[in-house]
Amino acid sequence: MRAKKVLGIVLAGTLTLSAMSMSAMADEAPRIALLMASMTTEFFVQIEAEARAYAEEVGVDLEVYTCDNDSAKELANMETILSDAPDIILYTPNDSDAATVCVEKANEAGVPVITFDRGSNGGEVVSHIASDNELGGEMAGEYIREIFPDGAKVAELQGILATNVAQLRGAGFNKIIDETDNLELVAQQSANFDKSEGMTVFENMLQAHDEIEAVFAANDEMALGAMEACKAAGRDDIKIVGFDASPDAVVAVEAGDMAATIAQLPVKIIDTTIDTAIAYLNGEEVEKEIGVELQLVTQESLAAETEAE
Amino acid sequence: MNTKKLSEIWAKYRPVLIMIVFIIVAECLSRKFLTVNNIMNVLNQTSMNAILALALTTVILTGGIDISVGSTLAFSGAAAAWLLRAGHSTVLAVIVALVIGVAIGTLNGIFISRWNLQPMIVTLATMSIFRGTTYLLTTGSPISVSNPAFKMIGGGKLFGTIQVPIIILLVLAVIMHYVLNNTPFGRHIYSIGGNEEAAYLSGVNTKNVKAAAYAISGLLASVVGIIMTSRLSSAQPLAGQSYEMDAIAAAVIGGTSLRGGQGKVVFSIVGALIIGMLNNILTLLDVSTYYQTVIKGIVILIAVMIDAKSN
Repeated sequence: MRAKKVLGIVLAGTLTLSAMSMSAMADEAPRIALLMASMTTEFFVQIEAEARAYAEEVGVDLEVYTCDNDSAKELANMETILSDAPDIILYTPNDSDAATVCVEKANEAGVPVITFDRGSNGGEVVSHIASDNELGGEMAGEYIREIFPDGAKVAELQGILATNVAQLRGAGFNKIIDETDNLELVAQQSANFDKSEGMTVFENMLQAHDEIEAVFAANDEMALGAMEACKAAGRDDIKIVGFDASPDAVVAVEAGDMAATIAQLPVKIIDTTIDTAIAYLNGEEVEKEIGVELQLVTQESLAAETEAE
Repeated sequence: MNTKKLSEIWAKYRPVLIMIVFIIVAECLSRKFLTVNNIMNVLNQTSMNAILALALTTVILTGGIDISVGSTLAFSGAAAAWLLRAGHSTVLAVIVALVIGVAIGTLNGIFISRWNLQPMIVTLATMSIFRGTTYLLTTGSPISVSNPAFKMIGGGKLFGTIQVPIIILLVLAVIMHYVLNNTPFGRHIYSIGGNEEAAYLSGVNTKNVKAAAYAISGLLASVVGIIMTSRLSSAQPLAGQSYEMDAIAAAVIGGTSLRGGQGKVVFSIVGALIIGMLNNILTLLDVSTYYQTVIKGIVILIAVMIDAKSN
């Protein structure tokens, strides 16, 4: 009898407490800071737009900070954010190593951090949410293997080597090349995720190896640069596979100028990130690493999509 | 007698001789280097940096510097792309881009000459301003260009082999060489760089001449902006970022003194060619990106050391 009473009191207490915390939530929406490296690529522009839209939809306060790809400015931004003391920080760093300092600052201040897209190489983060870039690299390699069943000489345009996005995409692609005997990597160089550099580097690669039949670029800007190089050299036979499915690349795939691109799903990434942040703030357990799916975009897949619509 | 003559030739044509040695070494390292295709490829790739080197040399000769060229080219290129996307003609897009280049250059020139501000700081400020306006105009994403006439500027070929940017570079080089060496304006630029006070006292309108030098720099940067937008079929928000550094390196390798008053535009182009050939041969040899960056720095250092020793 007595035990039941105690239980009842405890239960009532918990309910009141949770009701109080819920009303606190309702009064004051969670304050989330979003710190991004740049808004100069389509990918981040989409992330930013979706972040604002989704934050409004789920009712959180969102403040966006960017740093023009400058790690020093990023640190200053992090300090500004911490002086404002938000509930949680969503962070995609300019450089995974330089990010360590930023994350450690937040750790010291006791503000939780969730990284997305690019990760941090140090400090404590609640969770890291990203496209499974290594898987994406593998998908690109597998696609090239599929369209060249008899083997091919391939080239690789790497991204900014200090970023783990570039490293993972390259690792996935090279894994497939290594395990496939008749695919030979004849040229490999960084073009820093830049279209102009992608064009120049690929022009030079074609001078050295006119036997190249396919090229994998770790982002679409470089793939589009390689495409311009192929057009200028009259080499429209070369199969170009990019990464990110930027609007220009999708147009190029549709026109047959590029063979394929790997679509990250930026909307899915930022939605997952915000969901994870809210779950964490509500005291739920969250996974340390969350991989977001990717999608191979080819002329056929685009045709199928239009048909479905 | 003979050694004296040789050292005279060395002093006079140093950058050209360095380039010849470089070409010989490169050809020994890769038989793919000295082919017509590859030479045209290098010239075409180098033309943008070479035109920027013309711009930088002009202001460096006055004892100044212009680090805003990267942003100037990005903004003028983006403006051209924006107009083309809105359905305007190639002629209008090109003219507007050039006008923007001259306007930014003139703005730099007025601040530097009328207000007597440091060229490095003024152009640092305009570098930031016009990178920002480029972000605003492009909203952070590339602006695609599909106008076939416009695409001829960066992608067209004359007689089937010589790319249009190479022709543009040659024409601009001839004009700038003539202006700087055969006109009173050119002599004034050199005399300001040599000794501004003395130039002023001998009746040179130093303010106007300096402002004009920056206007020329802006104009040349916008030409590069047009070429790049056309070559890539799109205007990139980050176009030309840190290109001023390669252009300064080209001028210095070509023997231009950062103190002003000394240098030749033709040799700055040679400097740009050396940098372009270096990038090219390293890729032909499949040297990894890590080493390329190191090697580039070392070559610039050696070039500057040779220059300092010979002076």
